[in-house]
Amino acid sequence: MIAEFQVRRRAYLAPDGSAIGRLPDFAADLAALAALYRAMVLTRAFDLKAVSLQRTGRLGTYAVSLGQEAVSIGVASAMRPEDVLLPSYRDNGALLWRGVRMEEILLYWGGDERGSRFSGPAHDFPLCVPVGSQAPHAAGVAYAMKLRREPRIAVCLLGDGATSKGDLYEAMNFAGVHKLPVVFVINNNQWAISVPLRLQTACATLAEKAIAAGFPGEQVDGNDAIAVREGLDEAIAAARGGRGPRLVEAVTYRLGDHTTADDAARYRPAEEVQAHWKEEPIARLRAFLVAQKAWGKAEEEALSRDCQERIDAAIQRYLATPPRAPQSMFDHLYAELPEVYAAQRRELEEGAADA
Amino acid sequence: MPDLTLVEAVNLALARALQEDERVVVLGEDVGVNGGVFRATAGLQERFGAERVIDTPLAELLISGLAVGMAAQGLRPVGEIQFMGFIYPCIDQLVNHASRLRNRTQGRLGCPMVLRAPCGAGIRAPEHHSESTEAMLAHIPGLRVVVPSSPERAYGLLLAAIRDPDPVVFLEPTRLYRSARGEVADNGEALPLDVAFVLREGKDVTLIGWGAAVREMLAAAEELSGEGISAEAIDLATLKPYDERTVLASVAKTGRCVIVHEAARTGGFGAEIAALIAERGLTSLLAPIVRVTGYDTVIPLPRLERHYMPSQARIAAAARRVCRFA
Repeated sequence: MIAEFQVRRRAYLAPDGSAIGRLPDFAADLAALAALYRAMVLTRAFDLKAVSLQRTGRLGTYAVSLGQEAVSIGVASAMRPEDVLLPSYRDNGALLWRGVRMEEILLYWGGDERGSRFSGPAHDFPLCVPVGSQAPHAAGVAYAMKLRREPRIAVCLLGDGATSKGDLYEAMNFAGVHKLPVVFVINNNQWAISVPLRLQTACATLAEKAIAAGFPGEQVDGNDAIAVREGLDEAIAAARGGRGPRLVEAVTYRLGDHTTADDAARYRPAEEVQAHWKEEPIARLRAFLVAQKAWGKAEEEALSRDCQERIDAAIQRYLATPPRAPQSMFDHLYAELPEVYAAQRRELEEGAADA
Repeated sequence: MPDLTLVEAVNLALARALQEDERVVVLGEDVGVNGGVFRATAGLQERFGAERVIDTPLAELLISGLAVGMAAQGLRPVGEIQFMGFIYPCIDQLVNHASRLRNRTQGRLGCPMVLRAPCGAGIRAPEHHSESTEAMLAHIPGLRVVVPSSPERAYGLLLAAIRDPDPVVFLEPTRLYRSARGEVADNGEALPLDVAFVLREGKDVTLIGWGAAVREMLAAAEELSGEGISAEAIDLATLKPYDERTVLASVAKTGRCVIVHEAARTGGFGAEIAALIAERGLTSLLAPIVRVTGYDTVIPLPRLERHYMPSQARIAAAARRVCRFA
């Protein structure tokens, strides 16, 4: 035997919300946990509203994060504003936590580039639609931070499908070589559209993919917000402290379709989905907070009203946004539009005037 | 002024950029200790350190993807791909990210990166080492594609590419790396991007080319002058966005045009130029536009490569043909 590796799994809350053993110190701050809970509830309410907008023809294709709210919120809440988030397309909760406005997300999925001008930290990356291709960006971002001796880190959010792509391995490999301040988070929701995890990999965990890149990976219960947050806190502290990259696999389940353009009933039995509803993260954290007497019916009703009001106001702003001028498609092509394309913009302007 | 080869001019521009701007980093396979497979980065790691002149793992996608991340964070990365035949794993990054990051964030993040790659045939290299697929890159909105054809232009255009706020693919003709020599002043002056260079003025026929083929194009122009044919020779230099004005002005003057490129003919960049002239310069044409290009074959291994590349004879013959036409 010349090498041996271990992969840790972290879980603090059972599906019924009861504590499994000793909780991490931060969980004693029940107000902080309630803040995570509120953000998860808002994320779910927003997601469901976005789906109904799509179903009624007022939004384009949308990727719902139903059941994965603890991953998005647990990850984003562990970051500092000066850190850089490199999200994928199912990280709606993380975007909201970072300060992206709901109407911006709606504008983007509603087909308007003005939604691409996200609020929130100016250095954050846009959500990545191609799978896994933002992983090398995360390594590049982290390299820049390390070169400048900044105490900042990059967090790259990916799905289980992305672990099959070379992009992620190339990025992790480089991050390992240079001990870069980057955390790769795998949101393992078990399904890459219709392909289940068993057809994605022969590995027992996705966390162990880090081992080949020379740094630790660990698995957390992705339906346990405390486990996600604690796992990220530790991984980020290691990355920020110069101890190199980390990988965190958050095991969760995609309770919804892949996107509004998908029908998961074609490839996935309803019983499987029903079984996973018993493990979902929001009821679990609520049960814990209620047992700690940190949450009750009045708080729940107030939160529900608040979420609906905020979401409805955002939808009104989204729907009230007038179309933008066609020639704006040239606005951000280059820092300064080359003369030959300025001529094309004039061509479009004249055509638009004729139409 | 020192007399430099093209690859020495590239090295000089990289050193200048690293010296004048601490945001500039160089990354690629073997670019550090080894100084690059063509020696384009020789001595740079010694001078500027291993943190800024980075020997990457053997992963081309990574090089382009790292550059996107670095550029978005305010660095000025200059990546090297060892041969154009190995640039294809970078296409995803160039198309999906580098070229559209500015638009994707509506101006919030830019992508000031350069991806350098040697291009073209003629150095008796193995398979996959002689590619000219610049048209593929020139099709990507948001990108700049630059191909120098002399040491002076390699120096000035590379400095411009590194200072440019948007992503640039910089293709360096391997055949000229050591065979092209010229005086280069290390004055830090960039040449303009998006501008074609009229290397020789003439009135009977316009020859348009870029990269290594410029050499044969100029030789053909000289040969033609001995026969009383006055050829104008244009080095397009920047393929995207290209200098339509200079092309159209020249054809308006000569009425005849021969386009020269080493790349395969179908869908090559010559087709774009011919289309431009057909759309906006047709009335000045006295003869059909002719392309002298590589064939629509796989670029052959070295024993046949000289039959594939546009030769002085083929270019001169095409020019005679269009001049005889009218």
